[in-house]
Formats: sequence, C-alpha cells, structure tokens
Amino acid sequence: MWLKRPLQERSTQLFLGILFAALVLVTLANLLFPEGHPLHVTTYTVTLMGKYLCYALLAVAVDLVWGYLGILSLGHGAFFALGGYAMGMYLMRQIGDRGVYGDPVLPDFMVFLNWQELPWYWHGFDMAWFAFAMVLLVPGALALVFGWLAFRSRVTGVYLSIITQALTFALMLAFFRNEMGFGGNNGLTDFRDILGFNLRSDATRLGLFIATGIALAIGYVVCRGIVTSKLGRVSIACRDAEARTRFLGYRVERVQLFVFVVSAMLAGVAGALYVPQVGIINPSEFSPIFSIEVVVWVALGGRATLYGAVIGAILVNYAKTVFTGVMPDAWLFALGALFVIVTVFLPQGIAGLIKKRRKADDDQDNDPEAEPTNREATA
Amino acid sequence: MSIPGLLRPLLCLLVLLVQMPAHAQQEDKGQALLQQLAEASRSDVQAAVVAIAESGDSRARDWLDAYGNNRLSVIKDTGKVVIVTNNRGRDWSIQDPLTGDSLGEMSRRELDRISINNALRTQLASLLAMMDLDVKDQKRRYEAASGLLGEVDASMVAPLQARIEKEQDSDVRGRLELALAIYRVEQGDVEAVSVLSGRLHPEARAALNNAVATGEPAMAAAASEALETVEQRLKINRAAETLYFGLSMGSVLVLAAIGLAITFGVMGVINMAHGELIMLGAYTTWGIQQVLPGQPGLALVLSIPAGFLVAALAGIAIERSVIQYLKGRPLETLLATFGVSLILQQLVRTVISPLNRTVVTPEWMSGSLVINDALSLTLNRLYVLGFALVVFAGLMLIMRRTRLGLEVRAVTQNRAMARSMGIRATRVDIMTFALGSGVAGLAGVALSQLTNVGPNLGQNYIIDSFMVVVFGGVGNLWGTLVAGLSLGTINQLLEPWAGAVLAKIIVLVFIILFIQKRPRGLFPQKGRAAEG
Repeated sequence: MWLKRPLQERSTQLFLGILFAALVLVTLANLLFPEGHPLHVTTYTVTLMGKYLCYALLAVAVDLVWGYLGILSLGHGAFFALGGYAMGMYLMRQIGDRGVYGDPVLPDFMVFLNWQELPWYWHGFDMAWFAFAMVLLVPGALALVFGWLAFRSRVTGVYLSIITQALTFALMLAFFRNEMGFGGNNGLTDFRDILGFNLRSDATRLGLFIATGIALAIGYVVCRGIVTSKLGRVSIACRDAEARTRFLGYRVERVQLFVFVVSAMLAGVAGALYVPQVGIINPSEFSPIFSIEVVVWVALGGRATLYGAVIGAILVNYAKTVFTGVMPDAWLFALGALFVIVTVFLPQGIAGLIKKRRKADDDQDNDPEAEPTNREATA
Repeated sequence: MSIPGLLRPLLCLLVLLVQMPAHAQQEDKGQALLQQLAEASRSDVQAAVVAIAESGDSRARDWLDAYGNNRLSVIKDTGKVVIVTNNRGRDWSIQDPLTGDSLGEMSRRELDRISINNALRTQLASLLAMMDLDVKDQKRRYEAASGLLGEVDASMVAPLQARIEKEQDSDVRGRLELALAIYRVEQGDVEAVSVLSGRLHPEARAALNNAVATGEPAMAAAASEALETVEQRLKINRAAETLYFGLSMGSVLVLAAIGLAITFGVMGVINMAHGELIMLGAYTTWGIQQVLPGQPGLALVLSIPAGFLVAALAGIAIERSVIQYLKGRPLETLLATFGVSLILQQLVRTVISPLNRTVVTPEWMSGSLVINDALSLTLNRLYVLGFALVVFAGLMLIMRRTRLGLEVRAVTQNRAMARSMGIRATRVDIMTFALGSGVAGLAGVALSQLTNVGPNLGQNYIIDSFMVVVFGGVGNLWGTLVAGLSLGTINQLLEPWAGAVLAKIIVLVFIILFIQKRPRGLFPQKGRAAEG
C-alpha cells in the first residue's frame, strides 16, 4: 500500500521520531514542571510552537507542488485562509448567544451590520463534522476548478505563478468586503470553544498543539506516500520535462490536478488548525506577500525534500518572532536578504547542505527524486 | 503738559484743514453720491442706489456690496460715510470708502448704520449682478452671467435684454440668453423652451423638470420633449466622462506596466521589485521638491530625467547583484527580486518615513478643462494620459529604430547567435534592464501627481502591472498599451454598478479566465520570437 512505503523509509522514520519526541517532550515539560521551573514550557510557548507546526504543514503542501510538480504557487495562502475561514465559521457559530449582542444565531458582526438572517452559506457550520469536511472541501474545490482550467490550457511556469497570485489577491479584496458576510476586514474572532472545550484553557491549547503535530505527521506521510508512488514518479517527470512526459503518453494535466488538489487540502487543514490557536482569521491571510513568504520557507529548507520545508518554516518563523520582538524594523531587511541569499547562494537550501555533508561521508546516496532541475526552462 | 504735547493736535488740525478742500474737490462725485444715500428718505433710497449704480464709478460695486451687507455706516459726529470692515466686538474697524484707507477702530456707539429694507436688498443683488456684466474682463463677465442662471427676476428682464444687445462675446451672450430663457420658462413662456432644449446646465434642466411637473399641458409637452434631448446629450457626456476616467486609469496601468513589458516581456526577467522602482521615481519627485521649495513646476520637470536616472541606476544595481546569477531560472528570479522589493520598501520606511509624503501639484497641472456644463476633465489626469502616450512612443522608437533596440531583439531571439555576431550580450542585458527600470521611475514621477507617495506605492501596482503585461501578450509593447487602456476602461465601466472593489475583483477573475483561454495573451508573439 502506498501509505505503508514511506513508513518503512529511514528518513520518514527519523522525521516522525523527531516530531513525536518533540511533541512528547513539550507536553511533559508543560505538564510536569511547575511554573517558574527552568524546564517549564509555558502555554504561550506551546501555542506559539503549534502555530509554527501549522506553518510547517502549509510549507509541506507548497513543497509538494513546487518541489515535486514544478508549479510555483504564489497563492497557497488562499487555500490556507479558506480552511481557516471554514474553521472560523464553525467557531463563530459555537459562540451562540454569548456574543456581545447575545443573538442566538447571528454572529456579532452580522447583528452589527443589521442583517436579519444567516446567509445560506453559513448554514451547517454549527455542526463540527460539516465544518471539518468543508475545511477539506472548500480549498479542494477551488483548487480543482482553478487547476482544471489552468492545467487543461497548459498554463505553466511563471504565468501560473502570476495568476495564482492574482487569485489570492482577488480573494483578499473580496473578503475585505463587508457584503461578503465574512466579517470584512475584522475577520472572525472572539471564539469561545471548540468541540465543547474552552479555547482559553491550557489543556485545550496543549491538545490543539498535539493535534497539529499529528496532522503534520499525517500530512508528511501522505506527501511522502504520493511522491514515492508511481504517480509521484510521473509528477517528478512532469516537473523536469513536461512535454516529454506528455509525449510518453501520460495525462500530465490529471497528475498535476491531483497533486494540486491534495496540496490545497493540506493547506486548508493547516489553516483550520491555525485559527483556533491564533484566535482570529482575517483577510490579511490572503495577502500575496504571505503566500510568497511561504515559498521562501520552502526554498530555505530545501525544495523537493518535504522535511526541508518543515525546517525552513520553523526556522524562519522563529526568526520572525525573535526579530519582531527585538528590532521590528530589521525584520523585513532580514526577510528580504533571506530571499536573495537563498536563491543566489543556496539553491538547494539547508537540506542541500545536509545532503552534501552526507554525500561526502558515503558516496552512495543516489536520490532520483531530489535536486529538481529546470531542464525545459534552460534548454 | 509740555509744549510739543499741546502742539501736536493743533498741527494735525492744520494739516487736515489744508488737505480737506483738495480732497473734497477730487472726490466730489462719489462723496456726494454716498452722502445722498446716507441722507435719503425711505422713498428716495432706491433712486440713490440706482444713481450710484449708474455713476460708472469703479468703486461703486464695493459700496453697494457693503450697503447690501449692512456694512455701510455714518459717523454720528461728522456725518462721514464709512465702510465697516470688521464688526465683531465693541470696537469696529472702519475704512474710507473713497480712498480705501483704513481709518482705525471706532466704538460702535459712534456709528450709525445706513438702513436697508428687504425689497431693496433683492434689487441690489440683481443690480450688482448687472454691474458685474459690465466689467472688461471676458472671464469675469462669463462667471457673472453663469451666476445669473436661475436667479433672474422681473426687475432684471429689461436691463438683461439691453445687455444682450450690447454684448460682443458670443459665450457670454449665450449664457445671458440662457438665463433669460430659464426665467421665461419659469413664467410659462412656451417659446422659450426651445432655447433650453439640449442645454446641459443643471439650472436649465431644473426649469424644464419643473415645467413638466407644474406647467400647462402645452408647456409640459414642449418641456418634456426638450428634456429628452437634454437627457440624451447628458448620456453621451456621461459616457465620455466614463471613457475619460477609464483611459486615465488605463494610462496609469500602462505607465506602470510598460517598464515591465521591457524587463519581463522582452528579457524574460520576472522583476518583482518593479513596483519599488516606481516608488523610487515617486520619491525622487518628492525629494527634488524638497530641494526646490516653491517651484513645484520646475521640480516636476527636473524629476522626469532624475526619476529615470535613479530608477535606472537602481535597476542596474539589482541586475548586477542578483539577476545575472539567476539567468534561465525565472522562478528563482521572482523570489530573489521579491526579496529586493522588501528591502527597498523597508529602506524607504527607515530612511525617509513610514508615512505618506505629499507631492505638490504645480498650478498648471491642477484644475480642470471645462468642455461643457456636464463634462470637465481634470488636468492632472490629462497630463498623465499624454505622458503615458509619449513614454510609449519613445519606447517604441527605441525598440524599433535604434541600435540598442535591434540588439535587444537579437539577444532575446537567439542569444548565442547574437553573441557570435559580435553583440555584447551582457552589456545589452544591463542596458535593457536599465531602460525598463528607468521607465518604471518615469511612472513613479507621473503617479506622484495622482496618488499618495508612500512605501507601499509599488506594492499596489505590481500585481496589476503583471496582469496587464500577461493580458496583452508577453513581449508585445502594443499589447501592453491596448491591455492597459482596455482594462482601465472595463474597470471604470463596471464601477458604477459593482463598486470599486468588486469591479477590481471582476477584472482580476476575467483576466484569470482569459489566460486559460488564451495563455499567450491578447497579442501572442508569432514566428521566431515566440520560440525564444
């Protein structure tokens, strides 16, 4: 079975081992040591790490399409935000009559805007199963329609990057509108509880952190399963020589569509787990700059490695937390420099450095799926 | 008290005695007219006012204006007529109506206001309007005549008619006839309706609407017919206005995208820092205005070459430091130049300010060009439109008619072949990128006249610019022009019923769908260039 294969790989076992060890250690450090103890991990830090893990899952999703399919999506933030909004709508309905205006059905912002009844697309979001299904289905459906149109007419390369960016930009403008019924520029916030657990309690926060870690593990294994399967080989072939793959008889656009939709769904899950931990979702998640930032996490970690994406996402976001705390002005300089340095000097990212070290150690590492080349672009 | 102290009032008196007869003789006429007004009985006041109006005195308008505003008073002790310039508080400042000299302040108890009744005040207004029609300056006469539209009353009909006979200027005469016709339509004169037919001024329309609603049947029918022609012409004018705004918005898009059409379209380099090069051009304009305060016009003219140079140099720096190492890797170029754009934005925030700066618009660029009563074109947008076309024509010339253009086309079509023909490809790369960046700087100079200049200026245009280039067809300058102008116009056409944001979303979605249908844009490249 395709999901079993990655579990037998040494690299995946190593990754899962480190991830679960980290989850267990953080959980224990949070629960066992009293506050003030040097080994105690505060709940704030736990939530922060949960946020990083969400970003890591998003980065894995981007790496799947960029690293293994050769599609540079500058609009994955849109799928992330759509998943987030689906979760946000569920959390909004869970508030019930505890909002400022006390309306049993309508969220506060609708009462404020004098809306009389719930718009049709808000129905059903009071049920957890429906909302969680939408977390997968809405980004998936958008990716399906968008990808079907784009891949069928063979829009690839830079063109695709630019129109994915236009897509997320258009969605951002749309969600900023109050008339859309998603809270306008304030977004959705003021959440109370999820599945009956109080969102503000430490236990729920720890639970969300663990859930995010498990989601990341599953997402990683699924992606690993796809790229090591036969479909994955075809997808890598598409990346390196699309025309040649097509001439060999493969339906390139179907492969592209499948991988793109899976990636969008993963991004949606990441967004859905992100919202309850951060406590707000607003249209700025759709901003093109966020989507493009995700790409640089992947580039820093190393394209087409998956674990590199995780490393990159965690490193950059940790740096962001530190920088914005100490000297906020310098952060954009650092991020900008990161973009330049990684692309010019580190085309293989951190994972490339690790590989080089390993290659020097034993010269037997032959990884056919690694090191993407742009043969068609340079030819 | 010392002797000089005693002498001073005496001396003053002496001087006054010597001066007064001379004064009285010179200002005899005006003095007498004012005195007549001040001393007139209730029934004579009107005659006194008319006498002043018809005296032909250049100061008469000020006097009557002051009179209408309750500012004409008499000093109780001397009986002298004065104009009160400030009547706040206990002491009023007063002015000599004959010489215009300030006479200092005087307690309001010592002044006696020359009274006026409401009937006279109304008459005074039309008298003043008529007087304005007598000035020499054609522009002021026209303004005065425009002010009369809808304000004509019975007392003014006769003088107005006389005035129309005398008027030489056809524009002013047209205005006066229109004013008279509006009055007549209001009075129920069916024949006057034909004058109003097709006139766009709101007052004319109001008169016609009123006639339709309240007039007699014959009147109402004639008026509604006239109104129809008005509405039709109004529709055309509104369409023209929308087209103008659309073209104006389009010209901004063209300006922002045309540099990109060079770097992305011709060279194939994705420069995400393009928007920041625009921003640099705008900040150059601001900087030059800071150096030359008080001369915004000169500063703007100077900033055209300066903006080009600054942006071109920045472009060369970007090309040399980043882009040359990423040749043939378009996606990496995209990421790296995005990093550059972040750095440039933050640089401006840190060095200058995170807040928006205001760039002064020179006088010859502000205001608007009045076509008719319903249509006026703002001048700054007109200039930007013209500027965009000039820049486009210049670029076309460079690409088609110069050695550089030839070399650029050669290198993009077949780099290896061009090099073996002796073209220095690297030099051409630098020059092309500098050209595209410089044009972005020019766009910034133009944009500084339309929007705020701030660190986010570039970001607002980058996605639109790429859309325009892709929509028009990469590598085709004409395509960029057509795409920019048409996208701007579509946007403006949608705006009235969709709102600004939704219009933008619709345009974006339209482009996304359009690219699926025609991945190579409106005007795809054909032949050898397409293979590159």
